[in-house]
Amino acid sequence: MYRIIEARFLAPEVKLFRLEAPDIARKQQAGQFVIVRVHDHGERIPLTIAASDESTVTLIVQGIGKTTRLLNTLAAGDAVCDLVGPLGKASEIHYYGTAVVIGGGVGTAIAYPTAKALKFAGNRVIAILGARTRDLLILEAELREFCDEVCVTTDDGSYGVKGLVTDQLQALIDSPNRPDFVLAIGPIPMMRAVAEVTRAPAIKTVVSLNPIMVDGTGMCGGCRVVVDGRSQFACVDGPEFDAHQVDFKILSARNAMYRAAEQQALADLNQHPPELHRCRLADAQPGAVTPP
Amino acid sequence: MTNNNPLPPKERMKIPRQRMPEQPSAERRANFAEVNLGLSTALAHQEALRCLHCKSHHCFTGCPVGVKVKDFIELVLAGDFLGAAAKIREDNVLPAVTGRVCPQEEQCEGCCVLGKNGEPLAIGYLERFVADYERQSGQVGLPPRAPMTGKRVAVIGSGPAGLSTAGDLVQRGHEVTVFEALHELGGVLIYGIPEFRLPKDIVRQEVENLTRMGVEFRTNVVVGRTVTVDELLGERGYHAVFIATGAGLPVFLNIPGEHLCGVYSANEFLTRVNLMKANQFPAYDQPIYDCRDKNVAVIGGGNTALDAVRTAVRLGAKTASIVYRRSEVEMPARVEEVKHAREEGVQFVMLTNPIEFLGDDRAWLTGMKCQQMELGAPDKSGRRRPVPRAGSDFVMPVQVAVVAIGNQGNPLVQSATPDLRTNPLGYIEADPDCLKTSKRGVFAGGDIVTGGATVILAMGAGRRAAQAIHDYLSHGTW
Ligand SMILES: Cc1cc2nc3c(=O)[nH]c(=O)nc-3n(C[C@H](O)[C@H](O)[C@H](O)COP(=O)(O)OP(=O)(O)OC[C@H]3O[C@@H](n4cnc5c(N)ncnc54)[C@H](O)[C@@H]3O)c2cc1C
Ligand SMILES: Cc1cc2nc3c(=O)[nH]c(=O)nc-3n(C[C@H](O)[C@H](O)[C@H](O)COP(=O)(O)OP(=O)(O)OC[C@H]3O[C@@H](n4cnc5c(N)ncnc54)[C@H](O)[C@@H]3O)c2cc1C
Ligand code: FES
Repeated sequence: MYRIIEARFLAPEVKLFRLEAPDIARKQQAGQFVIVRVHDHGERIPLTIAASDESTVTLIVQGIGKTTRLLNTLAAGDAVCDLVGPLGKASEIHYYGTAVVIGGGVGTAIAYPTAKALKFAGNRVIAILGARTRDLLILEAELREFCDEVCVTTDDGSYGVKGLVTDQLQALIDSPNRPDFVLAIGPIPMMRAVAEVTRAPAIKTVVSLNPIMVDGTGMCGGCRVVVDGRSQFACVDGPEFDAHQVDFKILSARNAMYRAAEQQALADLNQHPPELHRCRLADAQPGAVTPP
Repeated sequence: MTNNNPLPPKERMKIPRQRMPEQPSAERRANFAEVNLGLSTALAHQEALRCLHCKSHHCFTGCPVGVKVKDFIELVLAGDFLGAAAKIREDNVLPAVTGRVCPQEEQCEGCCVLGKNGEPLAIGYLERFVADYERQSGQVGLPPRAPMTGKRVAVIGSGPAGLSTAGDLVQRGHEVTVFEALHELGGVLIYGIPEFRLPKDIVRQEVENLTRMGVEFRTNVVVGRTVTVDELLGERGYHAVFIATGAGLPVFLNIPGEHLCGVYSANEFLTRVNLMKANQFPAYDQPIYDCRDKNVAVIGGGNTALDAVRTAVRLGAKTASIVYRRSEVEMPARVEEVKHAREEGVQFVMLTNPIEFLGDDRAWLTGMKCQQMELGAPDKSGRRRPVPRAGSDFVMPVQVAVVAIGNQGNPLVQSATPDLRTNPLGYIEADPDCLKTSKRGVFAGGDIVTGGATVILAMGAGRRAAQAIHDYLSHGTW
């Protein structure tokens, strides 16, 4: 069991967790993720390591389906069954000049450690954060601490500029501040749109892909994505890839493969309040919590 | 050893091979419970009476780890089942597993003299019988542990190779930690081979025995990521490392359409069901594509393919087919699996090779374009090479396809250990006898050295490695 040291909501349905995992914390590099299994009958899901210190890793979780919602009912002092990592390749960090980091929704959390590493490598870092509405925006203050510029867009105009992240990106490309590198992490349509904007001006663009994973170690091939016409395993060859080479259509289709089951699981969860599940979690592993 | 058989050889030869009691095929199609129910004491005794106790002892030489077959059969005849189990354990630490999954027809039973004019002695059934008896009696004779040596060994991977090494090394007084990437222990025995062939309780019991013997297990550690081999040998203070990471990297066909929804590797299909229990969704969270009313095709002819297709049957597939590019005689699967699959209604589409997966506009699999094959001259493996027949293309309507054409070594450990020599296929180079690698203090064995092989060979390698590691720790010479 892996104990939760800290848990707090950053936005509705978006929760930050700090978990005790010294081995993973010591090894983590920007861009890497862990696989989590919340309870004894749980599935294995990948979550990016947003930050780490000596002995803990920080995860930022958006509750969208059964497993992430269940996770988001946990509090400090609770524990998850399994936590393994750090997995995936670390982000390739270079000095490019001006680097634009685009985060859509919880993608901001995934992009955060890489943005920091890009800054550390001497880049001028401009963050563009997109959210549906003001309440859903996360990590703005944290990014402002080290970014040279932070620009926020909301779909409804409740905060920042009304519009899409790609409008801001286009404006930057047209300005004297033309970016030399773009990192885009968020919903698939957003990443695809960014790739289209930077394709013609040939700006190196990297995206972090989120296919469905099981083991996270290259053993099942379920996470395969098509990049440059070739099949790659996102958990070991990625999750970051050249945006201009990614087949986003295949990724969207594959991510919808279990939609019916996911909806059923979520409906069941909504019928049985999460407290009930937490009880069972405690029953399943009596006394198995490792002392802090 | 005394001969406990009251019958003269002629009489023994008149006794027919005893049949394994099985779950009826109509019933078992709908459940994941074990198919073979095991011999009763009476059946086991009757079967053991058939042993000719011959001097030539071919069964012993046919066994890759040299189980003293004749001796354990004698003990069965004497009614000393625990003694028989202990006799097997001298050479084979996982008898309840190998009694179920070894390809006996190619090993001990393949060499049995009775097989020359009839059916060989059912050595596998008897091995399983005594191992189950021992387990159910709760009197598994755990070997005594030698005084602690102060030496520490890290074992990477908890498949049969890793488990057997760990068991032998704790017995010799070394401190052993097994590191496993997944959240459960057992390797292929847990995530690959299905419950209906190898109940997971048996594997858990074996792991439990090792824990009681003093082996420490650490799940959720991916060596190469969470910790490296150099760190294990350095700051973590291990004196030797045994790499037993198996052949867990799935091979795909590399044909168009392999990305379509509904196309699985056998590893993913089996892992979802065996490790994650997707067959029990929604009681367990991990889903698998609903196979009910679907045509499922499994490509390949080995044990993995047979396990996948029989799993599809149990998931409610409308049709479940094996699609294999050679003919049935070349299929590497165990004979019993093929028989069971056929009884369960699996269709065998032989001499057929898929060349493209076809999908609809939502990128879901709808069919498989195939080519018919014929057999030409023998290839390197000695099997006749399949060659396509011109103009024979046809489309098989399938909604789920499982690719089971083999695995390769997972490169995670090797890529994080640059001074570890590998061969062009990515497997670790190790001395076949002492299992030493190119790196001092590091040994390797099982599928990560040989490529996909068998449980018994992996276990045998694990035991040789334990001996070599013990020697190295005792003398310190490499
Ligand atoms: C490398 C990587 C890093 C990620 N990092 C984060 C992160 O830091 N924060 C965060 O909130 N989310 C992250 N995700 C996405 C997260 O894994 C999914 O949201 C989660 O698995 C959904 O599970 P669920 O049961 O709650 O939802 P479900 O209802 O089961 O699924 C909702 C959608 O999530 C995706 N999904 C479902 N199961 C899996 C699975 N086993 N593996 C991957 N995707 C799946 C599918 O597209 C599905 O349609 C990451 C994904 C990947 C691949
Ligand atoms: C579906 C299927 C059916 C089979 N049926 C039979 C059969 O009927 N009879 C038979 O004799 N053989 C059968 N085999 C083959 C047999 O199972 C293997 O030859 C045997 O399990 C190999 O043992 P191993 O210990 O070398 O590796 P494995 O059993 O593969 O175990 C390796 C372990 O190492 C772990 N690991 C990998 N990388 C790392 C890492 N970096 N860090 C930590 N842990 C790691 C893996 O998760 C795994 O648990 C079958 C194989 C499959 C896949
Ligand atoms: S998640 Fe299984 S291979 Fe990537």
